[in-house]
Amino acid sequence: MSFLHHPFADYLRSVLLGNRARRGLVYSIVLYALLIAIGFVYLQPLLFMFITSIKSASDLLNPMVQWVPTELFLGNYEKALRVLDYPNTLLTSILISVIPSLLQTVVCSLVGYGLARYRFRGKTLVFLLLLSTFIIPPQNTVIPQMLMYRDLGLLGNPLALILPALLGQGYKSAIFVLIFYQGFLSLPKVLEESARLDGASDIRIFFSIAVPSALPAYIVSFIFSIVWYWNETFLTVIFLEGGVTTLPMQLSKFTQAYENMYPPGTVNIFDRLNEAVKMSGTFLNILPLLVLYFILQRWFVESVEMTGITGE
Amino acid sequence: MNGRSNNRREITLRTREALYGYGFILLWIVGFALFMAAPLVQTLNYSFNQVTVTASGINLEFSEWANYSRALFTDPNFIELLIGYTVETLVSVPIVLIFAMIIALFLNVKFRLKGLFRIIFFLPIVITSGPVIKELTAQGAASAPGIANIPAVVEFLATLPPALRSPVQYLLTSFILILWFSGVQILIYLSSLQKIDRSIYEAAAIDGASSWEIFWKIVLPSLSTATVVNAVYTVVTLSHFSENKVIRYIYDQTYDVHGGIGYASAMAFLYFGLMVILLALVYFFLMKWASRGTR
Repeated sequence: MSFLHHPFADYLRSVLLGNRARRGLVYSIVLYALLIAIGFVYLQPLLFMFITSIKSASDLLNPMVQWVPTELFLGNYEKALRVLDYPNTLLTSILISVIPSLLQTVVCSLVGYGLARYRFRGKTLVFLLLLSTFIIPPQNTVIPQMLMYRDLGLLGNPLALILPALLGQGYKSAIFVLIFYQGFLSLPKVLEESARLDGASDIRIFFSIAVPSALPAYIVSFIFSIVWYWNETFLTVIFLEGGVTTLPMQLSKFTQAYENMYPPGTVNIFDRLNEAVKMSGTFLNILPLLVLYFILQRWFVESVEMTGITGE
Repeated sequence: MNGRSNNRREITLRTREALYGYGFILLWIVGFALFMAAPLVQTLNYSFNQVTVTASGINLEFSEWANYSRALFTDPNFIELLIGYTVETLVSVPIVLIFAMIIALFLNVKFRLKGLFRIIFFLPIVITSGPVIKELTAQGAASAPGIANIPAVVEFLATLPPALRSPVQYLLTSFILILWFSGVQILIYLSSLQKIDRSIYEAAAIDGASSWEIFWKIVLPSLSTATVVNAVYTVVTLSHFSENKVIRYIYDQTYDVHGGIGYASAMAFLYFGLMVILLALVYFFLMKWASRGTR
């Protein structure tokens, strides 16, 4: 009993368990252990993917080599680059995700502004319809859309993705409308009124007051939109198959493309399709997104503060 | 006299405002009609017909509820897949919510290397896509490492009643895969956490509340709206995911000789109906919990 109140015991307790001013050692160890465990969950597949991709054929066969390859072997990447037709498919993927994203961001900002700053009948209905576009699964609308594009001769044409984005029906558009709605709602009415007294038109007010104030919302929407378009494969395959080929589309027929280039019967055993080449292909597929993420990571992790998304 | 002209002015101002409002959302309304409403009605129409695609166009042959009854009573796979989808969704949603909440709570306190961990935890936002998840599953990176293969676990699973076995099995085999779906949810929780006034924590601490009590009495109730939003977001994302087995089945049936567009459309609507039921279930359950929490 007396030991528990000894000054040293108090000191020990504050170091291990913490006190009001600082965290204890036990708390810190538990915190970092959990953080590392969770971080490992996300990093392990990526590490595995990368390490497998630089293994040579002999490393792949050697059961002793798990996490540390004996050499840095880039031959898999050479093959994967050729099989993926990388320069072409990469450029296509960039265009297919950037152009619709740009249009989608602009149009969603108009819609968000209209909903936030003007009073009109039927606004509740518009919000309900907006939510329904978020909830309705793509397969409930995709077949008539595809047949319509077929009649118009637009199947395989990038316009099949651009047109919906231009009309505010791009991928996950409801989320972007809501982001802009939130952003414009918090814009002080005073600014708008004083501009109106100075004789500014509604369109002028939108461009010179609203747009600059919502710049972070524009950037965040644009970035998220690019990522979601890039990762979207269901609609892209249906609308673009037979026309342009994006990177994920080419990845999904990797085996077939590889065997066309290196026919299984004719090449020696080291040129057969193996795990390492497949992993190189997968890694090349997510590499552009990883680069984008590391350059713009501030915009991802701070998007919340920047746009003031409240989730309400 | 004066009042009446004022009144009229008021009305024209109102009309003007409304017209501008409609002007701003006009593109969206046209888009909704063209790319959402019309195809939705058309798909509904297909679902009541036997649809055959010919070179010249498509032929519809009215077949009443035949497609629906086939999906519900004849097809051996569809109901099975729907049950699987229901189980997986109901298991995944709480895991995603709890996991996202824990990570958001971590990221809301100060510690060294926070920036690094934040970058890692938001990776799923960038790379969760159909082909990548498919590769991860193929590598076995989706299951909690090795647990599902331990003999004791296999035996334990065998003793469970069938109704309980599939959720537990799914949980063991796909636990890590589920975690990959919690990127945006972490962002939403984090934003709610940052809105809580710091002085409330201080006041509570001065009154002698432990951090445990602070979490249950202050933090959790203020996360209730974010939880509802996240739950809806999770259900929708899981249901729309392109590697989802039901979606794959409907897609395959569209081009199948024995399936066809009409049959696929009927299944699409049944699936949508089930998804709305699940959404409503999760929504009302959480709303009830939230209103109890704030009381």
